[in-house]
Amino acid sequence: MQEEITRRISDDLLRPLVETSWRFWLLVAVLGSVVATGLATWFYQIYNGFGITGIRNPIYWAFYITNFVFWIGISHAGTLISAILRLVNAGWRRPVTRCAEVITVFALMIGALFPIIHLGRPWLFFWLMPYPSERQIWPNFRSPLVWDFFAITTYLTGSVLFLALPMIPDFALVRDKSTGWRRRVYAALSLGWQGTTKQWHRLESAMQIMAIAIIPVAVSVHTIVSFDFSMAPVPMWHSTIFGPYFVAGAIFSGIAALIVAMAAVRRFLHLEAYLHPVHFENLGKLLLMMSLLWAYFVFAERITVWYGNESAEREVLLVTQRGSFAPLYWTMIVCNLVIPFVVLSLRKLRTIAGCVTASFTVLIGMWLERFLIVVPSLGHKYLPYSWGTYRPRPVEIIITISTFAAMMLLYTLFSKLVPIISIWELKVGEHPFAQETAAEAGNHRLWKANP
Amino acid sequence: MAVDLDRCTGCGACVTACHAENNIPTVGADQAARGRAMHWIRVERYFEGEFPDVRVKFRPVMCQHCDAAPCEPVCPTYASHHTSEGLNAQVYNRCIGTRYCANACPYNVRFFDFFHPQWPKPLHLQLNPDVSLREVGVMEKCTFCVQRISAAEIQAKADNRELQDGEIKPACAQACPSKALVFGDLNDPDSDVSRLSRSGRGTKLLGDLGTLPKVTYLERETQG
Repeated sequence: MQEEITRRISDDLLRPLVETSWRFWLLVAVLGSVVATGLATWFYQIYNGFGITGIRNPIYWAFYITNFVFWIGISHAGTLISAILRLVNAGWRRPVTRCAEVITVFALMIGALFPIIHLGRPWLFFWLMPYPSERQIWPNFRSPLVWDFFAITTYLTGSVLFLALPMIPDFALVRDKSTGWRRRVYAALSLGWQGTTKQWHRLESAMQIMAIAIIPVAVSVHTIVSFDFSMAPVPMWHSTIFGPYFVAGAIFSGIAALIVAMAAVRRFLHLEAYLHPVHFENLGKLLLMMSLLWAYFVFAERITVWYGNESAEREVLLVTQRGSFAPLYWTMIVCNLVIPFVVLSLRKLRTIAGCVTASFTVLIGMWLERFLIVVPSLGHKYLPYSWGTYRPRPVEIIITISTFAAMMLLYTLFSKLVPIISIWELKVGEHPFAQETAAEAGNHRLWKANP
Repeated sequence: MAVDLDRCTGCGACVTACHAENNIPTVGADQAARGRAMHWIRVERYFEGEFPDVRVKFRPVMCQHCDAAPCEPVCPTYASHHTSEGLNAQVYNRCIGTRYCANACPYNVRFFDFFHPQWPKPLHLQLNPDVSLREVGVMEKCTFCVQRISAAEIQAKADNRELQDGEIKPACAQACPSKALVFGDLNDPDSDVSRLSRSGRGTKLLGDLGTLPKVTYLERETQG
C-alpha cells in the first residue's frame, strides 16, 4: 500500500517534467513575446531618454517604483509563509511550500530590476554597489537606496538557498528516474545526493537554520523598502508606521499571489489530488487576517494624519480620499478590504474559486496601494506652486504588463524543470511517524520516512 | 543669499540670466506642458483676493543650499553633497538618475534631464564655456554660480588679496534690476548678506522643516 502511494506521488508530480503538450509551448511563446516586447520597450526608453515616460516635475517616481515595491512585496509569499509553516510544523504546508518559495525568488528578481529600469542612466547601476574603485569612491551608506541594495541581495541569496535546499532530494529522484542529458543535468543539480542518514541529517539542520534566518531578513527587506519613503521629508511619506505597514502589506499581497499561483498549478498540471480545498481554505483564512491587519494599518495611518492636521499632509490625505485620486483610493479599499472580507469570512464563499477571486482583487488593490503611496505625496509637497499630477505613458504600461508576463513565464518554465510540489516532503507526510517510536522519530525522522 | 521680497517686481530677469549663464536647456512648449521645464530659479506667483481686487506676491525660489539638506543623505552615489564652503553641490558625472534627491527636496528646485539637452538655434552659439553641459538622465540645479565663485577666488589669490564683499555676483543677482537678490559670505558678519539675513524681516522658506536654508527671504512690508 505504502509503496503504491509513493509510486503514485512520484509519477503524478514528475509527469510535468516528462510530458510536454503543445499548450505549454504556446503559453511559453505568448508569454515570451510579451516579455520580449517589454525588454524592447526598455531599450527604447534608454535610447530615447526618460522623457518618453509620464514622469515629470515634481513626480519623479511613479509606475516603476510602484512596481518595485509591489514585486518586492509579492516576494514575501514564499519565505515568510513557508518558513513560518515549517517552523510550526503545520502538516498541510507540504504541497504548498515550494509553490511559495519559487514566487519569492522570481518576484525578487523582477522587483530588483525596477530600480535599475527607473534610473536615468541605468548603465551605471553598479555605482550603487560597494566595489574597490580606482577613485576610492564608495556608495553613500546613508542612502536608503544603498540599504535596498544590501537588503535585496541578502534576501535573494537567502531565498535561493531556502528554495534550493529542499530541492536536492527531488533532483536526485529525477536523476535516478531519467537517462541521457537529463540525467547528467540533474546529477549535477543534486550535488551527489545519496540519501544517507548523514545527508538527511545535514539537510534537516540546514533547512532549520535557513527557516529561522530568513524570517528576520524578509521583515527587514520590506522595512528597508518602506524606508525609501519614510526617510524623506515628504508629506505622508515621513511616517513611523511605514515599516510594519509595508511588511503587513507585503505578506498580504504575497499570500494572494500564492493562492493564484497554486490555483493555476492545480488546474494546469492536474494536481487536484495534492492541492486540496483545505489548502486554499487555510490560506484564505490567512489572507482574511492579513486583510484586516492591512486595514488596521491604513486606518491608523490616516486617522493620525487627519487629527494631526498638518497643512501639507492634509492636502495629500484629501487628494487621495476625496480629490483626483479618490476613485483609485476607494477601488483599493473595495479590493483590499470589502471583497476579501465578504468572500473569505463566509464559509460558503470560501471555496477555491472564492479564494482565487479575492486574491485577484487583493493583487489589484495592493498594486493601487503602492501607487497611492508613491504618487499623490510627490504631487502635493509643501509649495503649492510646484504641485503636479501624473499620467502613465505607454512605455510604463507596457513594461509593467511585461513583468507580470515575466513572472508567469518563469513560473511556467520552473514547473517544467522542477517538481512544483516537493515530492519527498509529501512522502514524509504520507508516511506518518506513528509507526516509529517517538525517540526514533526525533532522531532521523526524514531518513526514516524516506528509505 | 538674501532675497528682498519688497524689491522683487517679478520681472523674470533672474530666470533668463540663469538660463544663459548656466547652459540650461530650453525644452519647448510641449515638454514644458508635460512638466519638464527646467528653471534653476523660478519666480513663484501667489494671488490674493478676488478679481478685480487682486494682489500678487512674487517669490524667487532657487536651491536654498540647506545646511541640513534632505537631498544629500538620500543620494546613493554622493552626487549631491556639501562642499567645504557650504555649497550644496551636484556632481553631474556621478549622478545615476535615481531622482531620489528631487523627491526629498521640499522646495522642488532639482531638475532632471529627461532628454539629451538641445538648444534651438541660435542659442547653441551662446553656451557658457565655464559651465559643464549635462547629459541625459542626470539631475541638475542651482549652483549659486559656482564657476563665478571659483573665478573670483582664483583672481583674488592671484592678486594676493582677500575677497571683497560683493565681488561675487551670481547671474541672477547681477541681472536683478531692483537689486532684490544679494549674494555674499555668511561667515563674514559685516557682509551685506549677513546684515540683511539678521534683519527682523528675515524668514527662511519652509524653515520649520529644519533644513537650515542659506537663503533668507525679507518679507514684504509694503502692500500692493
